[in-house]
Amino acid sequence: MLPTPDTSHVAYERVYEPAEDSFLLLDTLSSPSETSFLQTRFYVSPASGTPTPPEPLVVEIGPGSGVVIAFVTAHASTLLGTRNILTGAVDMNAYACAATTETVRRAVTSNPATASMAFLGAVQGDLVSPLRDHSVDVLIFNPPYVPTAQLPSREELPDGGRIDTENAFDEDSYLLSLSYAGGQDGMETTDRLLDSLPRVLSDRGCAYVLLCAQNKPEEVKERARCLGGGTWKVETVGLSGNQAGWEKLQIIRICREM
Amino acid sequence: MKVLSLNFLTCAVKTCKTQSDSYPLHPKDAELVQDDIELNEAFLINLLPRIDWKALSTTATELGFPALPSTPPTPEDLRADAKTLRDLHNLLLETQMVEGKLVCASCGHEYAVREGIANFLLPSHLV
Repeated sequence: MLPTPDTSHVAYERVYEPAEDSFLLLDTLSSPSETSFLQTRFYVSPASGTPTPPEPLVVEIGPGSGVVIAFVTAHASTLLGTRNILTGAVDMNAYACAATTETVRRAVTSNPATASMAFLGAVQGDLVSPLRDHSVDVLIFNPPYVPTAQLPSREELPDGGRIDTENAFDEDSYLLSLSYAGGQDGMETTDRLLDSLPRVLSDRGCAYVLLCAQNKPEEVKERARCLGGGTWKVETVGLSGNQAGWEKLQIIRICREM
Repeated sequence: MKVLSLNFLTCAVKTCKTQSDSYPLHPKDAELVQDDIELNEAFLINLLPRIDWKALSTTATELGFPALPSTPPTPEDLRADAKTLRDLHNLLLETQMVEGKLVCASCGHEYAVREGIANFLLPSHLV
């Protein structure tokens, strides 16, 4: 088992605390089948005589505490075969961006032999909107997946806070609601992310997206296979042990056919 | 945020995505800090093919760094030229922008950078 990044510095009253979903992502990304997939897709040993492909860019959308992207950054060579990867994150919550930066810093310091030194930073933004076309090689998304009657507004949050008081959320509970409230079927935000994959993923790109049973995973997978009119390979690559609960979780991997 | 990140970021306004002058974003009133990171030659050589060199040259000049060569160095150039290697390492990986703004030349929107975090959330009229 690879060590889980330290998040003891994170203020959980306004940033999502690592939970079963986060840990399922860590277990999946470090499973033998996924490390094998990632290394085959993104790494060529210099000894093979084949030119090494450019460093992959791994971006987590909605990192919260940063536990997942810190795990990938700190254990880069174990997961992707090389320390030479780029990592970054986008979150709507400024506190989450700051927490992520610190979680990555700590995890890299604790794992100097395997860590990437190229964490680009965390920026505040709505999903992939600040990212350049076809720039991302591995995208990771633990969405707000809980079905709710409405979605929190996602207008600009000056200084990470919120001026609008139309809804009943106070600032902290508003920020937390962003991390779980998924609207209709818990899919309103995930659907927007899926629709943006053809634009933001590179030719060799792939995305890991977490779903719960109420998201109707089989229907989501079917939709993802023809994103943007293209052909995508979509597989379930991680399942939570908690098979009985309503929050039964799975991780799907969506990739361009290469 | 590392200077390298500016090579991957663009204006968040949807209608700017198709405008060539929305990239790269232009740093304004930038406050920079330097980290001390061990130089990794293989990393830099391998990174160059995925760098938009023209955008990087613009960013470097606007941040007050010496002008970059007009064409990207080849792997052989870099192996033979320790100074260029070190300068690129310093610019891309050791330099962080901690305060200031990033400006889109297409729509003019200014994204604030505070404590190393750029805010790409848009006011409602631009979403």
